[in-house]
Amino acid sequence: MSTETALIESGLRESTLFRFATAGSVDDGKSTLVGRLLHDSKAILADQLDAVARTSADRGFGGDKGGIDLALLTDGLRAEREQGITIDVAYRYFATDRRSFILADCPGHVQYTKNTVTGASTADAVVVLIDARKGVLEQTRRHLSVLQLLRVAHVIVAVNKIDLVDFSEDVFRAIEADVQQVARDLGIGADGISDVLVVPVSALDGDNVVDRSDRTPWYTGPALLEVLETLPAADELESHLESFRFPVQLVIRPQGALAPDAVAGGLDVEAYRDYRAYAGQITEGSVKVGDQVTVLSPGHEPRNTTVTGIDFAGRELQEAAAPQSVAIRLAEEIDIARGDTIAAAGTVADSTADLYASLCWLSPKPLREGAKVLVKHGTRTVQALVRNVSGKLDLGTFNVEETSTLELNDIGHAQLRLAAPLPVENYLHHRRTGAFLVIDPLDGNTLAAGLVKDHPGDHEDERYVI
Amino acid sequence: MSTYTTEEPTQVTDAAVSTSTRLSSLDTLESEAIHIIREVVAEFERPALLFSGGKDSVVMLHLATKAFWPGKVPFPVLHVDTGHNFPEVIDFRDRTVERLGLKLVVGSVQEFIDRGELAERADGTRNPLQTVPLLDAIQRNKFDAVFGGGRRDEDKARAKERILSLRDEFGQWDPRNQRPELWNLYNGRHTVGQHVRAFPISNWTELDIWRYIERENIELPSLYYAHEREVFARDGMWRAVGEVSLPLPHEEVITKTVRYRTVGDMSCTGAVESDAYTVADVVVEVAASTLTERGATRADDRISEAAMEDRKKDGYF
Repeated sequence: MSTETALIESGLRESTLFRFATAGSVDDGKSTLVGRLLHDSKAILADQLDAVARTSADRGFGGDKGGIDLALLTDGLRAEREQGITIDVAYRYFATDRRSFILADCPGHVQYTKNTVTGASTADAVVVLIDARKGVLEQTRRHLSVLQLLRVAHVIVAVNKIDLVDFSEDVFRAIEADVQQVARDLGIGADGISDVLVVPVSALDGDNVVDRSDRTPWYTGPALLEVLETLPAADELESHLESFRFPVQLVIRPQGALAPDAVAGGLDVEAYRDYRAYAGQITEGSVKVGDQVTVLSPGHEPRNTTVTGIDFAGRELQEAAAPQSVAIRLAEEIDIARGDTIAAAGTVADSTADLYASLCWLSPKPLREGAKVLVKHGTRTVQALVRNVSGKLDLGTFNVEETSTLELNDIGHAQLRLAAPLPVENYLHHRRTGAFLVIDPLDGNTLAAGLVKDHPGDHEDERYVI
Repeated sequence: MSTYTTEEPTQVTDAAVSTSTRLSSLDTLESEAIHIIREVVAEFERPALLFSGGKDSVVMLHLATKAFWPGKVPFPVLHVDTGHNFPEVIDFRDRTVERLGLKLVVGSVQEFIDRGELAERADGTRNPLQTVPLLDAIQRNKFDAVFGGGRRDEDKARAKERILSLRDEFGQWDPRNQRPELWNLYNGRHTVGQHVRAFPISNWTELDIWRYIERENIELPSLYYAHEREVFARDGMWRAVGEVSLPLPHEEVITKTVRYRTVGDMSCTGAVESDAYTVADVVVEVAASTLTERGATRADDRISEAAMEDRKKDGYF
């Protein structure tokens, strides 16, 4: 084993996972930036590089920049290559010795809201690209607006093509000030979760992408990849919240039909005859054996009990935190089913059948008042009636316009009446239990991403106008 | 760093994070996969797992045993048998099914050829022929969800596929008409005739798979590790000599120490020269590899730049 390989290996064993998305258009050099990150972090293997080099040569790309069009590294399907467009979010993977990265590469020019919402919903950070020659555009404001709404933990603005403005500090500082103004207008960073970092880069030449550049001596911050390597992931932040939440996916109750390999491995069949545990993934906070919890079930008053065990595939854990998938045993034999939620005692509000929410409309089929839809929240799906649509957000000006309908890529506010109460929480404070899908009951398609708001009249932060 | 912060900086959380035990990337991927497997089992009537004995499907099955412990894996496994299998893989398949007490459903390419419902290809490769028996088995058994071990790092087309991928009556994938997949909320609703392919290890890389196999001490068919084998060179790969994979007169047969990075149809899967005899050796080899697994060992993916995209649109895995 070479020393280098040994280092890679020892690092990988300890590495953590970090998910980020990119937002920006082809013109901002987004594909080139993604290609640069993959290329310089050595995620591109020889056969992929050969294919790109061949295609670059065929199309007469490359020229004096070394003969390879880095943007081709992220080129996807044949349909896209033929039309020179990006159809959909594509996922890329690369690793450094500190972290494994999942990159959601979101196309910027078509259906930007739909794709940005999709990519950002699972992202720990989003990198927004700005062309240094153009500065903050309406598109930048739109992207930041969507990211604010989705509570993305970290926003990084990469001011690209800094080489084309002669590495000018003045240009960079002016853009940086504009970005900060937009962030302030939107309230990004104001609640202690999100933050905005601004980095000058040249994706084409690699300045400040993986390594710090000596061509921007006035910039003393880290390179883009260093930022991505060190920011805490959203799960890490949310595992520390006091509000343990655990939507029950299913009940594990083998009733004597135990796994043959577990039995062969020495499992005591008698001890597991009456085994019953609730399987799920912790969405936020953490839980310990002995903790008091509240069980929320439709049609029941909230019930309190105690955690007697946390199991994971034959191992008994003393504690577990988001985003672990585990099985929880409880003291009382109470009737619990898929769709119920186990939560830290004293931290939950009542379930409600009146849902106030922001909707990111993702379907070509418009939303009209009075529509019957399905709402999928956690592990439950219920019928719902859209009582009214009361405004949509102008992403460029941040103003709310009156409307009674939402169309593809619109973000608006709506009130829904649910057929059964759900334990929804404000998305502002609970990214998982505050999120839901709106589904078309006719064909099953996903119509919208929903973000739960407080009821009007309850305390609500004035900044979040939509 | 150019930072925009307010009066309430985030340092508090940074400090908290540093004292916590953070999940490793493998633990995070494992947790995500188990969550998806449980969601599919909870929301579908008749799921099944595609099981070829290949490393990705072996990892999938291992994750399923963990998801439902101490209960049994609550779905059957489905193998599309090309009739061109490596004997040690079929042996491994049968032993695994027995050990876990699973039901095995086999869709046979050979039977379709014998009945005249499929024709042998000129190049002898049977991988692309798997689609018809696969869809037949899905229909016949009324499977509404089929787990696969597909990973997004394998191929450009896979990079754009959803974790739950809706397929029509013909098993077709429509890349331009996919449902947006948000947060960890998976929408598996489908109408009669449609089914869903579920890819819980979408976000794993080849290296993640190997590190996990090492960590969990998962048994694999022996041909994943270095062994001596009679091979001949074709299309820049080492092809095993076997009943369905015979050298042409000009192709010289030699004995080499090789292993397989992927296990598929014997007629199109190539071996790589390797002295990785143990899982730890393989992890090191993969970490240092300069070729993708499909580029190195799959003739069917070399047919054209869009080979996988075309097969997926036709209902392939």
